[in-house]
Amino acid sequence: MSRHKIVRTMNLADELDDFDGEDDYYGEEDEGMSPADKARMADGLKRVREVIGSDVPSLTDEKIEETLWYYYFDVERSITYLLNQVGATEKKKQKKPVVPEPKAPTQKAAIKAKQAFDVPSPDDVVIAAQSQSKGISKSSKGEKAGSNTTASIQKGVEALKVGDTAEKPTLPKIPRNKIDVVAEYEKSKSKRKENANLVVIGHVDAGKSTLMGRLLYDSGVVDERTIQKYKQEAEKIGKSSFALAWVLDQTGEERARGVTIDIAVNAFETERGRFTILDAPGHRDFIPNMIAGAAQADFAVLVIDSSPGEFEAGFNVRGQTKEHALLVRSMGVQRIIVAVNKLDLMHWDQDRFDEIKQQMSQFLTTAGFQPKNVSFVPCSGLTGDNIVRKPADGLISWYSGPTLVEELETAKPVIKAIEKPLRMTIADVYRGGVINPVTISGRIEVGNVQVGDTIVAIPGDEKAIVKGIEVDNQTAEWAVAGNNVQLHLANIEMEHLKIGDVICQADNPLVPLKEFEAKILAFEGLTPMMIDIHRGRLNASGRITKLVATLDKGNGSVTKKKPRHIGPGSLAVVNIAVTGAPLPLEKGSKIVLRADGLTVAAGVVE
Amino acid sequence: MRLIKQQVERDGSGTVTLYPEEPEDMWHAFNLIRVGDTLRASAVRRIVSESSTGSTSSTRVHMNLTITVDKVDFDSQAGQLHINGRISEENKYVKIGAHHTLDLELNRNFTVGKAEWDSVSLGVVREACDPAEKAEIGAVVLHEGLANVCLITEHMTVLRQRIDVSIPRKRTGSVTAFEKSMEKFYDTIYQSILRHLPISNLKVVLLASPGFLAESLQKYIFAEAVKTDNKTVMGAKPKFVTVHCSTGHVHALNEVLKSPAVIARLADTKYAKETKAMESFFKMMQTDEDRAWYGPKEVERAIEKGAVSTLLVSNSLFRSNNMQERRRYVRMVEDVKASGAGEVMILSSIHESGVRLDGLGGVAAILLFPLQDLDESDEEQDETEEGNEDNENL
Ligand SMILES: Nc1nc2c(ncn2[C@@H]2O[C@H](COP(=O)(O)OP(=O)(O)OP(=O)(O)O)[C@@H](O)[C@H]2O)c(=O)[nH]1
Ligand SMILES: [Mg+2]
Repeated sequence: MSRHKIVRTMNLADELDDFDGEDDYYGEEDEGMSPADKARMADGLKRVREVIGSDVPSLTDEKIEETLWYYYFDVERSITYLLNQVGATEKKKQKKPVVPEPKAPTQKAAIKAKQAFDVPSPDDVVIAAQSQSKGISKSSKGEKAGSNTTASIQKGVEALKVGDTAEKPTLPKIPRNKIDVVAEYEKSKSKRKENANLVVIGHVDAGKSTLMGRLLYDSGVVDERTIQKYKQEAEKIGKSSFALAWVLDQTGEERARGVTIDIAVNAFETERGRFTILDAPGHRDFIPNMIAGAAQADFAVLVIDSSPGEFEAGFNVRGQTKEHALLVRSMGVQRIIVAVNKLDLMHWDQDRFDEIKQQMSQFLTTAGFQPKNVSFVPCSGLTGDNIVRKPADGLISWYSGPTLVEELETAKPVIKAIEKPLRMTIADVYRGGVINPVTISGRIEVGNVQVGDTIVAIPGDEKAIVKGIEVDNQTAEWAVAGNNVQLHLANIEMEHLKIGDVICQADNPLVPLKEFEAKILAFEGLTPMMIDIHRGRLNASGRITKLVATLDKGNGSVTKKKPRHIGPGSLAVVNIAVTGAPLPLEKGSKIVLRADGLTVAAGVVE
Repeated sequence: MRLIKQQVERDGSGTVTLYPEEPEDMWHAFNLIRVGDTLRASAVRRIVSESSTGSTSSTRVHMNLTITVDKVDFDSQAGQLHINGRISEENKYVKIGAHHTLDLELNRNFTVGKAEWDSVSLGVVREACDPAEKAEIGAVVLHEGLANVCLITEHMTVLRQRIDVSIPRKRTGSVTAFEKSMEKFYDTIYQSILRHLPISNLKVVLLASPGFLAESLQKYIFAEAVKTDNKTVMGAKPKFVTVHCSTGHVHALNEVLKSPAVIARLADTKYAKETKAMESFFKMMQTDEDRAWYGPKEVERAIEKGAVSTLLVSNSLFRSNNMQERRRYVRMVEDVKASGAGEVMILSSIHESGVRLDGLGGVAAILLFPLQDLDESDEEQDETEEGNEDNENL
């Protein structure tokens, strides 16, 4: 009982209290607009007025504000709509309004309506308009309402109708399930460069961030000026050698301490491919973040510090070179490129390179990488040799292989099941700007999504509508598994979306689990014990409740039922109970189990 | 708790009257009062009386009631104990057999009657009434976005508040959202500490996290304390200790309590000893598997062979309503004590070390010498055994 009970009985109200009046987490519920939205509203109103002036009497401040709210403060769209509406009123008599009239559309009411569902919210109006155009009429409670504001919205809806049929479209159309995404994807395949995600891993201070900073600099993603600025600033705090790493290490804490704490995401393109880089932290304390990055990767770049004693430090039992490699492999990464880094410090010594290559090959094979999927590149992130540009003449006389980037180009993204039900773990939740108050990002794991889809964030049950999609920062109508996307959402408040939640189509959600069986590979000895369960960004507390059996690694047959202890290196089946709320896991979900700061096992949900 | 009166006969039956003084005493009472016991405590009942004119009036009457216990509920958050039962001693207001719920109150005597006061129950009384100095500590375990604010007393860990917020991740070119949220996260924790931890009474306040969060939190706390001129917090500065742990989940307290910084300050406390004992058990499991056993059947066998050097039992097992079960564990404890070679530790199931032990079925032993195959038996018996354990754990 004890703890589980304690967690369940914790006082939620207490927690909410702490955020009272703030906009980032909670708010908007009762007191209407958050302060931030109010500021946007004031600004938006001013800007609309600048364009349309104040001589049109029907365009009251109130109406403009409604429009701004409806368009999430998109000034341009609001103006187009308002101007159109003025035009439309003149033709009003010709068209009969058929769309239900929402009542009391003040901003506050509009927000409330979203929660109460007894009045159509702006989005309902859009949906109503759509179903209406398909001939489905929606009964309305609003008909009784007869205030001026009602009339004005009615006109708005009418204008919408006009736009829908004859004149140029003025409202954002959110078509639903119109696109056959799978077919579209097949068609577009030859036209676009496939994007591959790569996670950069390795022991702390191996030079991962410096290497990536260099790569982004030399391939023109980051400009000279920025680097110069970083150099000066880094010098000021006595960290000049970290200037390139600052491209990735952006928080104050990271810079002051000279370590990466969280994944940094960047993209770059070559003639042959497009890559999203996930720069992982090497420090063992931040392995949960590294796991979040690795879960989104198609392949890995393992960076090794070749300088004396450093390779050895990373490679020993408690070093992260091995732990990281095992982790990415157990999360499904098959292809790994080993960047033997800092060779400038070794005067590009071939013997050192060969020594590292020999030891690493051996280890990676035992870790489950096929030799054909492992390659080694000698390089220096600091000097830039053999990253984007070929090494200076004669510097590495014994090496004639590809540069790191050339090697990356040979790695192909993993084929994903795009026709399956949508699954995407939320990597981040934020305000995507003025127009998009709620945006989530992540990599689609399986399935596809298109604008207009209704989605749900599991384990919650709040639904949302996808009102915009960006794939690699380009606006798109749809996206498929493998894409790194930002989804702009409507009809949902930010606090209902949590990093680590899984996005599904509302009509095909996964069922969160409170208890499950998992097949695991043990890295450490296991007994029934408390563990952290990781799946991408998800980091939850749980308990191994039962050791069901150990299995033969060759054929998977049971070697011992109910063992009382599972030794390191064994394959086993265990039962796991989740401490808190059910987790968004399903059969086949890959999980990592950690305890006491060690990765104790990795496996899949049965 | 104060012992007011103890009347236990030769045959083990009898009553004990206790006077609870602090919230933790409810926890002791919870470990004492079983289904089938009698309990006499003060209660308030609403009495409806009819006057000669036929009008009714209801009055609240204070009285002592004795019930036979049907159900015991403990709310560790509120520190309240509710006991359901049926009236077993009639008085002028209530009939025998009527249902009543007694809520034990601080500073009011209650009397527990048992048909059998075993050594473990008497041990609970002794421990509850031990006037040893209380060493309460506050602990905040956190990682980015998650913080658990806990109060650890001699016998229980109470999660006072769990703070779970989404922190926007750092993004290229924009870390302000992240840094602002972190600032706010620290502030939420600080407010929670002020509200939920009685800082002046605490021996130490542990701030524990992976990475640098605990340090940053500590900085934030004292910067705020100075800004707001909070003398209590500023005066308690030496009590705040940062500790490294690997996550912000509550179970990280196991790591925290075994860290050298904590041991140096709290070595003599019961919970530090319990944490250490569990740690030794798990270590033994890794280094010498045959000297670490868990599960009732296995441990029982080890006891028979006189092999147990440390017996670890969770007090959840003694709360079992199954008399048979309860006796079995009492016997194990007594046997180990009688052997003279072994030490017995009864762990509190609402301390993290007790939670860990409960995960193993509530009973484990470190052996003096290795024994093999204690778990071997016919499958059938195994199955029933396991059913019991499962019930216990959930
Ligand atoms: N000489 C030399 N120094 C390097 C090279 N690459 C990185 N360094 C130095 O190594 C130190 C650590 O570099 P980072 O890029 O922060 O290492 P990291 O692997 O990202 O570290 P974490 O993210 O904290 O795990 C810095 O001082 C770099 O200047 C290299 O190729 N040669
Ligand atoms: Mg780094």
